[in-house]
Amino acid sequence: MAIKSRPVYAGFNVDITAQRHVLALEGQGADALLEKLAGGHPMLERAEILYVATGSDHDVALRALGAANYWLAPTAEALRDRLSEILAHATMCTRLYVAGTEGFIGSIVQLAADFGIANASIIKEFRGSQQRRVQCVHCKGFNDNVTISPFQCVHCDLHLFVRDHFSVRLNAFQGVCINAETPDIIPPSVEMYR
Amino acid sequence: MAIIFHDETYRDDFSFHNSPESIRRYPFPFHEDSYMYAINMENHLPGKPGSSYEHPIDVDEHYVSEMRDRAIVLNEDPKRCQALPHMMAAQWDTLELLMTNKARSYPDLFTLERNGDQWHWINQPLGIDDTFVFGDQSTLPYEPMEYITRQAQGDFCIVDQRNDTLWMDAGMVTCQADWSLDFDIGMNFMEWHAPVPMAHELGIFDRALKFLMNVQQGRPVRRLNWTMTVNPRLDTSPENYHKWGPDKTTVTAQNIGSKLHLRCELQSFWRLPRSNALLFPIRQYLISLNDIATIPKWACRMHRVLTTIPDSIAEYKGFSRNRQLALDFLAPFDDGRELTLGGEPE
Amino acid sequence: MIHPEIIVRVTDIAVVAESVKQFTFERVDGGSMPVFAPGAHIVVSMDDQGKLRRNPYSLMSSPSDTTSYQISVLRVVESRGGSAFMHEHVDVGDTMTISHPIDLFPLHATAKRHVLIAGGIGITPFLPMMEVLNESGQVFELHYSMRSRRRGAFLSELERRYGSRVSAEVDDEGGRLDTRKLLINQPLGTHIYVCAPLPMIDLVFGVARELGWAEENLHREVFLAPPAGSPFYTNLAKSGTTVYVAEHQSLLESIEAAGIDVPYLCRGGACGQCETTVIDFDGQLMHHDIFLTDDEKVSGTKIMPCVSRFVGASLTVEL
Repeated sequence: MAIKSRPVYAGFNVDITAQRHVLALEGQGADALLEKLAGGHPMLERAEILYVATGSDHDVALRALGAANYWLAPTAEALRDRLSEILAHATMCTRLYVAGTEGFIGSIVQLAADFGIANASIIKEFRGSQQRRVQCVHCKGFNDNVTISPFQCVHCDLHLFVRDHFSVRLNAFQGVCINAETPDIIPPSVEMYR
Repeated sequence: MAIIFHDETYRDDFSFHNSPESIRRYPFPFHEDSYMYAINMENHLPGKPGSSYEHPIDVDEHYVSEMRDRAIVLNEDPKRCQALPHMMAAQWDTLELLMTNKARSYPDLFTLERNGDQWHWINQPLGIDDTFVFGDQSTLPYEPMEYITRQAQGDFCIVDQRNDTLWMDAGMVTCQADWSLDFDIGMNFMEWHAPVPMAHELGIFDRALKFLMNVQQGRPVRRLNWTMTVNPRLDTSPENYHKWGPDKTTVTAQNIGSKLHLRCELQSFWRLPRSNALLFPIRQYLISLNDIATIPKWACRMHRVLTTIPDSIAEYKGFSRNRQLALDFLAPFDDGRELTLGGEPE
Repeated sequence: MIHPEIIVRVTDIAVVAESVKQFTFERVDGGSMPVFAPGAHIVVSMDDQGKLRRNPYSLMSSPSDTTSYQISVLRVVESRGGSAFMHEHVDVGDTMTISHPIDLFPLHATAKRHVLIAGGIGITPFLPMMEVLNESGQVFELHYSMRSRRRGAFLSELERRYGSRVSAEVDDEGGRLDTRKLLINQPLGTHIYVCAPLPMIDLVFGVARELGWAEENLHREVFLAPPAGSPFYTNLAKSGTTVYVAEHQSLLESIEAAGIDVPYLCRGGACGQCETTVIDFDGQLMHHDIFLTDDEKVSGTKIMPCVSRFVGASLTVEL
């Protein structure tokens, strides 16, 4: 179902115009690149790949692509630090790609925005778990890796349903109290976002 | 005619009430017997003397009490007023627009003297007398948007225009009908309207966006939006939903006349001169079913509108739970007669 | 449709460069001009011996100076009449009618750096832009291409005010803007603004796109007459008249000349205000606008009369 506030992940396509390609990949996001370019592509000569494994293992395959630069990040945070360093010196002739879970994509989009990279210019592909990052609208706390709705906010304990409304700025869906009108009735949790 | 300002509350004991004059000037939103989404924009031209449309920025008997309620909300939750860093020029544009309009329309309540960039602003009802330098935020106790919107009824959004769309990049939102500024700030037009059912499929937002992007300086436009609220509560934010949501379950056939309120939003759109952004005031007007019942045409029409409104819209506007009780209350006023078009009381 | 118009008096005319005249307008009622955002233009109405002309001109005066507005007009040889009229038939003391400012070429609010590229008379919107950018401490540079220094209005004043941030490329001195060199090393967050004849805009944008620049960072103001084409007739169904659209005249202008009021705003095919319903046609609609969707253009039910034309046997619109 298309949610109008949620980004559309158009999928990887190589932008042959860019002078430099910077790719941020998480877990199964590596497949987005490997499926397209395993046979080689001229863009790899101008490509810099950052990869955090997060449960999968594409290190060997990515290294074998022979990109101009390849770095295996120990954590997503380390990947973001390295990306910040790259973008601080990058030019307008750079194209940014990101593939992985929605939360990872959103974190890269947020980071890129600080460097003035237009959201629409970032090439994105969703791969992996559908788990969601949810902000509790009541206490403003963030809940990571949410797979069920309703769920209990880890910060304020309210029972929240996950609303299909997404903020790119916060990289989160909105969680709203589900039993305000009927305090004793809390619908059973259903796995929604595996 | 001088305005007599009420001393009333929008929480706790809910002492809010409308005078008979306030009822008659209510911007009743139903112009025909059924309701469907429409862009329904018209030029924001001065309306009939005494009406809510007479002045471009309307001040009524609830002014002082509304501003008091705003101050309480901001004290509890400062995130109800936010502006992204690039919006400072738009904030000054907004301050200028609201001050000049209020001073022009209500010279016995508001005075603005300008000597180059040395400005002197007097707000009699709120007891404010400030001099400041226009463009220098260090000479005001708050940033310009917060400063002036703490003195203006209704919510305000400042919307930047770039990348072929509009962006909600600043706002003072303390009397909203269930949407969160903190969550929506930074979103573009399609994103912030994501939760609205049906309208996207009808292409309403594509057309509305094109229209709004062409609003010109000197030609503001307006439209009406509406919802329903239990108790005359202004702060029906998602943030506090767990506090006001339970109110909906307290409505009975005996109390619905005084408890259930129609909440009409008079929205206007103004092109701002320096920033080229759009100012979007959302002026709220509350009226109880009992008050509506004193205007036979309104009670009759409202019965017909509520009967035919699609379930998804009733759900989105938050009154599904009490819809039947409202219909039961209004039914005696509907005798099937033909009503005139428009929202004027007959 | 109400156009909020302002009646002004021409209080000064100055020759600021070869073939370029600068006009100063003040309100007849003595009031202040509306404050405007840099990049804004006004539409100036001219009564040329009973023929109504309306031309857009960028405001080049300081946005904070509300006592008057200034525009500059290049005398174009193959003029459709607008610049000829301004140069030859407007004198100090004349009254004219102008619109409120309209900004379709604004500064991008979140840009980290602004590269301004001007071609000839396209320099005009950049004067208020640079003033505002300079005042707010933002980073910018100007590249000003001109046929000759005699034609380069305001160059010395700009060099004096903004120093090394201004570079001039003078044709007859062999200067040429090296667009690739200019664009290849700009840091992330840079936006470019081009105000020049269409071929120069296409060239600069072409180079930018080939280098991988994002569309969101490219901005343009087209300073051009509506596209010319073979003359054609148009039936106006509601008015019961038929108008003749001459080679260098737009459909909008021919309708206005017939005394019929059509809503308009940018007069450049971008804003949608003049959208008109096509009732019937036998031939081909030539869409030159950037407002209608591809589907709408193909449907043959709409036309933007400010820039679009028609080729064929007959065209009927709902006006």
